[in-house]
Amino acid sequence: MSIFIDRETKLVVQGITGRDGSFHTRLMIEYGTAVVAGVTPGKGGQRFEDAVPIFNTVADAVAATGANTSVIYVPAAFAADAIYEAADAGVALIVCISEGVPVQDMTRVMPFLREREARLIGPNCPGAISPGRAKVGIIPGQICRAGRIGVVSRSGTLTYEIIHQLSKADYGQSSCVGIGGDPIIGTNFIDCLSAFEADGDTDAIVMIGEIGGTDEQQAAAYAAEHVTKPVVGFIAGQTAPPGRRMGHAGAIISGSSGTAAEKMVALEEARIAVMKRPADVVPLLRERM
Amino acid sequence: MNLHEYQARALLKASGIPVPDGDVASTPDEVVAIATRIGGPVVVKAQVHSGGRGKAGGVKLAADAAEARTHADAILGMTIKGLTVEKVLVVPAAEIVTESYVGVIMDRATQRPVFMVSPAGGVDIEQVAAESPEKIFTQPVDPRFGLLNHQAMALGFRLYDDIKQVRQAASIMRKLYDAFVTAGASLTEINPLITTPAGEVIALDAKIGVDDNELGRKPEIAALRDPTAEDPAEGKARAANLSYVSLDGTVGCCVNGAGLAMATMDLVKYYGGEPANFLDIGGSSNPEKVVAALEIITSDANVRSILFNIFGGITRCDDVANGIVTATRRTAIAIPIVIRLTGTNEKEAVAILKDAGFEALTDMDEAVKEAVKLAAEAA
Repeated sequence: MSIFIDRETKLVVQGITGRDGSFHTRLMIEYGTAVVAGVTPGKGGQRFEDAVPIFNTVADAVAATGANTSVIYVPAAFAADAIYEAADAGVALIVCISEGVPVQDMTRVMPFLREREARLIGPNCPGAISPGRAKVGIIPGQICRAGRIGVVSRSGTLTYEIIHQLSKADYGQSSCVGIGGDPIIGTNFIDCLSAFEADGDTDAIVMIGEIGGTDEQQAAAYAAEHVTKPVVGFIAGQTAPPGRRMGHAGAIISGSSGTAAEKMVALEEARIAVMKRPADVVPLLRERM
Repeated sequence: MNLHEYQARALLKASGIPVPDGDVASTPDEVVAIATRIGGPVVVKAQVHSGGRGKAGGVKLAADAAEARTHADAILGMTIKGLTVEKVLVVPAAEIVTESYVGVIMDRATQRPVFMVSPAGGVDIEQVAAESPEKIFTQPVDPRFGLLNHQAMALGFRLYDDIKQVRQAASIMRKLYDAFVTAGASLTEINPLITTPAGEVIALDAKIGVDDNELGRKPEIAALRDPTAEDPAEGKARAANLSYVSLDGTVGCCVNGAGLAMATMDLVKYYGGEPANFLDIGGSSNPEKVVAALEIITSDANVRSILFNIFGGITRCDDVANGIVTATRRTAIAIPIVIRLTGTNEKEAVAILKDAGFEALTDMDEAVKEAVKLAAEAA
């Protein structure tokens, strides 16, 4: 087992012939992911690198291949349309890598997805990987190892740093999920905590948050009630000034709300072990497991 | 991106919201011309991206055009919280009966725009929220329908008893939602929304914060950016497609990825140093981006050491290494540089750096400690 993606994942790549889409499709195939289809309007009938069939629409791709998961690499201006299209085609899991999607688009996307019972991961995220099983997105496969730690994070490279620390110490991962750095995202910490708690292949959870919003605080309250597995947490942005956007659209302290300090307190109150720095992840896991 | 009051006011006016007469000026002569046209007492308001303009002396009442000139002379060119005032808005002095607050904010928790109104207007809404939360009323908006009429009316009844004013306020709120959508805003505020002795409801001050992700498809809003209102280094970073925030410390940071950049700053602090900046060079690793990043970091006179922290995934470590070598060949950098890189093409990167006389570390903690130590020695 694992969460969200596994050996049953049949992936359709939206934007497969674009620069990012083609580069990462190669890496996903190399990793062993079942990439069953690609979509680029106007290129239906062609093949990607003589192997993956390309379709004009996601609906065509799903009908022909039974794809159950989609990954989106289209420019941000077209990302909302790509998400709508995947959900309308009946795709159950949609992973949107695109960065820069207007937040107002996301406010309309979310109710549309709920009506179709589709799960979105992202946007502005690195995707997910279940080491040894499948990778959907851009998380570098070579830094991961198969194992029993679940990782969930709002970040990209910071997640890689922590996965790297885990792998070096022989703590493999069941799944790693990058939920994205935007203010409105499809899958939040609570969704991932709940999935990891239910996953028989996960023994402990690492959650990596950052300044902005209250998702971590809500996740902490949820964990205190519903999660029995050990959780280790990190919050990036302890030195971030208020009112300034720190790269991620969602990483901003508004007034006095969304600071790293308040999030760290919330985690501690929920008996989550809080790392002071990324290198603390291994000693804290050892202590808790 | 934040808009100036005069820009936000123009957008509200274009949406059909009543705003007072008035205009924006950059010179005392222009101020006098506007004040003369308006006639009677006017208010001269500094246009800067900062709260507390009034307390800083940036908002002044003038009895006539002559006094408006005196105020314009004082306000134009003054500094408020580090920002120089380049423009002032000149409006007629309003007779105020009541002051309310009306705003639409993008709410992360409900994943919707939410209307907030309060009869306690004219002061900072965060202060109202902290001191008397019972005076704030909210209404989430379904973005597929906008603010519905009955919702706007219900909010209007929270502010006024007079049905005429309730209707005016409801109409203003529905137009405010249109402006919120048109501007691609994450925040749109009228504070205060006033009533006049004649019973009219008017937007006296306006504030709009735009979602940066909207600027690509809204060139007319992007054109409202005021380059004089931002830190020159931050403007340069934006032009180079880098994400940069200037801070007060001495350790210049250059990192790929926003989360890792924040964690790097935090680790600098953890080891007793102070970060000079947040800088994310992004996912792709064009050597030119590294060159631009180094130029920006070295333009900060407080920087005593420079720390690269690169986790190669999509970013190739050898590209970053080439950027560092190119930049340091182009202009000699006297500040010590500490480089940590690991991941994709790490070996190639280490070889490139070694040839150019740089040492490369692979451990984040070691690199941060070294950069902090060098900054302290140079101080």
